[in-house]
Amino acid sequence: SSLLQDIRNTVGNIPMEWYQDFPHIGYNLEGKRIYKPIRNKDELDKFLEKMENPDYWRTVQDKMTGADIKLTDEQVDLVHRLQKGQFGDVRFDPYEPAVDFFTHEVMIHPVTNRPADKRSFIPSLIEKEKVSKLVHAIKMGWIKPRKPKEDTPTYYDLWAHEDPNSILGRHKMHVPAPKMKLPGHEESYNPPPEYLLSEEEKLAWEQQEPAERKLNFVPQQYRCLRAVPAYSRFIQERFERCLDLYLCPRQRKMRVNVDPEDLIPKLPKPRDLQPFPTTQALVYRGHTSLVRCLSISPSGQWLASGSDDCTVRFWEVCTARCMKTLPVGGVVKSIAWNPNPTVCLVAICVEQSVLLVNPCLGDKLLYGATDQLLESYVPPEEERVQPVQWVAATIEEHSKGIRLTVQHSKPGRGAAPLMGLACDRLPPCSLQALKQVTWHGKGDYFASVVSDNSNMQVLIHQTSKRWSQNPFRKSKGLVQCVLFHPIRPYFFVATQRYVRVYNLLKQELTKKLMANCKWVSSMAIHPGGDNVICGSYDSKLAWFDLDLSTRPYQLLRHHKKALRSVAFHKHYPLFASGSDDGTVIVCHGMVYNDLLQNPLLVPVKVLKGHALTLDLGVLDVLFHPTQPWVFSSGADGTVRLFT
Amino acid sequence: SLTRRLCILKGIYPHEPKHKKKVNKGSTAARTFYLLKDIKFLLHEPIVNKFREYKIFVRKLRKAYGKSEWGTVERLKDNKPSYKLDHIVKERYPTFVDALRDLDDALSMCFLFSTFPRTGKCHVQTIQLCRRLAVEFLNYIIASRSLRKVFLSIKGIYYQAEVLGQPVTWITPYAFAHDHPTDVDYRVMATFTEFYTTLLGFVNFRLYHSLNLHYPPKIDGQAEAELKPAEGKEYAMDSESYLEKLSALSASLVRVVAPTQEDDVEMDVFPVEGETAEQVDARKKEQEALEKHKKLFEGLRFFLNREVPREPLAFIIRCFGGQVSWDKSLCIGATYDVSDPSITHQIVDRPRVEQQVIGRYYLQPQWVFDSVNAKLCLPVADYFPGVLLPPHLSPFVTEQEGDYIPPEKLKLLAMQQGEEPGD
Repeated sequence: SSLLQDIRNTVGNIPMEWYQDFPHIGYNLEGKRIYKPIRNKDELDKFLEKMENPDYWRTVQDKMTGADIKLTDEQVDLVHRLQKGQFGDVRFDPYEPAVDFFTHEVMIHPVTNRPADKRSFIPSLIEKEKVSKLVHAIKMGWIKPRKPKEDTPTYYDLWAHEDPNSILGRHKMHVPAPKMKLPGHEESYNPPPEYLLSEEEKLAWEQQEPAERKLNFVPQQYRCLRAVPAYSRFIQERFERCLDLYLCPRQRKMRVNVDPEDLIPKLPKPRDLQPFPTTQALVYRGHTSLVRCLSISPSGQWLASGSDDCTVRFWEVCTARCMKTLPVGGVVKSIAWNPNPTVCLVAICVEQSVLLVNPCLGDKLLYGATDQLLESYVPPEEERVQPVQWVAATIEEHSKGIRLTVQHSKPGRGAAPLMGLACDRLPPCSLQALKQVTWHGKGDYFASVVSDNSNMQVLIHQTSKRWSQNPFRKSKGLVQCVLFHPIRPYFFVATQRYVRVYNLLKQELTKKLMANCKWVSSMAIHPGGDNVICGSYDSKLAWFDLDLSTRPYQLLRHHKKALRSVAFHKHYPLFASGSDDGTVIVCHGMVYNDLLQNPLLVPVKVLKGHALTLDLGVLDVLFHPTQPWVFSSGADGTVRLFT
Repeated sequence: SLTRRLCILKGIYPHEPKHKKKVNKGSTAARTFYLLKDIKFLLHEPIVNKFREYKIFVRKLRKAYGKSEWGTVERLKDNKPSYKLDHIVKERYPTFVDALRDLDDALSMCFLFSTFPRTGKCHVQTIQLCRRLAVEFLNYIIASRSLRKVFLSIKGIYYQAEVLGQPVTWITPYAFAHDHPTDVDYRVMATFTEFYTTLLGFVNFRLYHSLNLHYPPKIDGQAEAELKPAEGKEYAMDSESYLEKLSALSASLVRVVAPTQEDDVEMDVFPVEGETAEQVDARKKEQEALEKHKKLFEGLRFFLNREVPREPLAFIIRCFGGQVSWDKSLCIGATYDVSDPSITHQIVDRPRVEQQVIGRYYLQPQWVFDSVNAKLCLPVADYFPGVLLPPHLSPFVTEQEGDYIPPEKLKLLAMQQGEEPGD
């Protein structure tokens, strides 16, 4: 049958897929197509055939012709044997006894008796040539001996000699990579339930860009450790870390990582800022009307107070005893003790004149010397034009202690005849009363303020030469008070709203401080000279740091009514303000030498004691020059000492 | 690619210019900028020449293969150029402390690489070296008892140790096969690993010597005898079995100098200037707490069932002074059997245990982790097999004032303060 089939396959041993789409396979001798048997059986036909044909199981399709062939019994057996892994040939016996080709025993005769070749016992020329080539190559250094292989790296103590000098400079510039963030509770395999995402959160997480996600994983909870699967993005995350390490720019950023709490300066407790006056120690009674002004001797032993009852009283500080009462015949607006400790002199503003009074208190030598100093004045040969008149005291006045009078009023009232000529050229002096007098730190110069609106408001006088001058050509507003800088040649002039700082040497305006208040009432300067406080009638106290700005460094609004007076302590970091509400507020005002550190202002104590009279409370405050004591004078006619 | 490798090895990173537009010639497109100084610095690196030699070697080899000159191939392979990164390590980390500070990434990478299959992805030698270094490091941590915190996260297991005063944190993946992602450039990772293995090798050397241990590590003679398989049962090749034994983490290591009593002399306390008595007290207390933490599992004998991850648990338990064993067929290095009556804790992770032996606790693995983090042996009742476990909290979170604190943490804090649980 195989012969017959071979004739029918005319195409040879080719892949039969080539004819897959054709109805025929090959051609016969006449060149006609040999058609495949028609196979249009559907599933049903196949099934029927399977059921009906008992030889269906041994029927296979011949790929070469496309015809169905029924396998013969022999062929079926062959298939079975091959399936079992046996040999296809039935007759082949794989377990035949092996017969050795040669015996393992050594025989006396060789298998072949051919004599050995000559070339088997003489050295090979080809090999010799090869060896000589190699030798030559080794000699020439072309072939090198093999390096011993090192599979495992060797380690040693790399940091045995840590040499600080060998550290490269660039190492200091090196920014070490920030460490990876440590995991939080949400990364746990069994996190607290509040860390799991809800459905909406999960949805939101999926919709976010991977770069925007706060967490790069979804928190999940597993019941036990064996349920935890591998994390599929582990390698990616390590890889991303690698990329970060070598591709991310690094930069040192000065992040302001401060707690907002820390930004608020820690105000120290007032208790820690002692000493400061806390209790009323003494009351100096005697004045019958408002006590407008106070002044203390540089030694701190004597206190002078000027009052509306037209007297100036001198007190001993420690005993509250009135040592002297000086009737001056006018309301005393201001009083100032000469700050020079070797001079015993008090300047008193009475109406239009400044009285220089030697109170004759304390050391006899001291006030004797003061008198000598004043008498040693030699009038200059040529009388100069002066805006004021210096009048020596009469004998009567001299016995009271008055030594000199500086009259600001119109000339003619007992003016020296020589001044007559000059009078015409003087600008018209008003009849306004003086309102302030203040000494320069050295004790020779003093300044006085007249309450009018002309350029003659402020005058600077020199005691030793009995010489006065008007520093300003033009009036810049109603001058409230003036001050000398304690160290440098500066002069502070407070008008209603501004404080102007003039350089006396260069004769120019250096600074203009804006007080941010309606009406400045008083002013005091820190002994260091860089800080100024201004009290105002709208109950504000402005602290200026001259190095910082022309605006107030701080505005304190602790008083309820208008401020009348402010004062600094000479040594302690204290300042005080007296107000119409009858209180004195003592504040701690620490000024640091370090320019970077701003002053520290802490109110520490409210001192009460003065009774309100005519809606006026405290009119003047003053610190003791050495002790942390504060004096206050009030509208109730008393002077009080708080220690 | 040469530049990339150099940048990775030398630790050069780009810089953000101050005026991006000016540097970028007016364009605002995103580009990476390196400092000119850095690039010049790279040029002077001697390893550049080695890289070039290697490139030439590869070219020659390819040519020989193409011509089927097998002799040449052999010869070339024998003379394969090699290079060392020792000097780069020294240059990047001039002091040992610098190296320790930067160890986190090196460790995580080595632990990851040591879990890779030995086929494809990267050289087998690298994987073996990573495994060796990782195991050495684990052994050091055990010997120095410097593990502090552990954390089971969904990504893997975090460990934090305090090595010579520096906190070192690393993560190991759970022991499953990786499905290797396609969007990862393994060459970059391999370059990093190349550097990290060098670094870690030197660090290990130094660390072992700081404890007077042999490097490469040697298993204690006594333990060695115990570990020896019974006669006739060959375990594996000697060279391989040594690393296996080491990675069993159950044997102690040989010291160069036998520890003497003098080593344990208590340090004198010198009060630091300006420190109040309270601070001194607090420091002393902290020191005592630390010593206590180190001996957390001292005297306890654990047995690990075969379903729990053996390596992490054995590592943690040994770090805190506990004894640990497992089924003999699970891994080499088992020291006692499950039937040992002296076992105090058996770690199981199955819904229930059929035959329970009286006298030991059957606990879930989380108990070990939570106890380490809490610095005290937690009450066991919450961790019995099949019980719903309490949440596992991260030990790395320190809540600031005003932050949310999970109630479980509050309970734990109360417990650490010495209050009775259940209040």
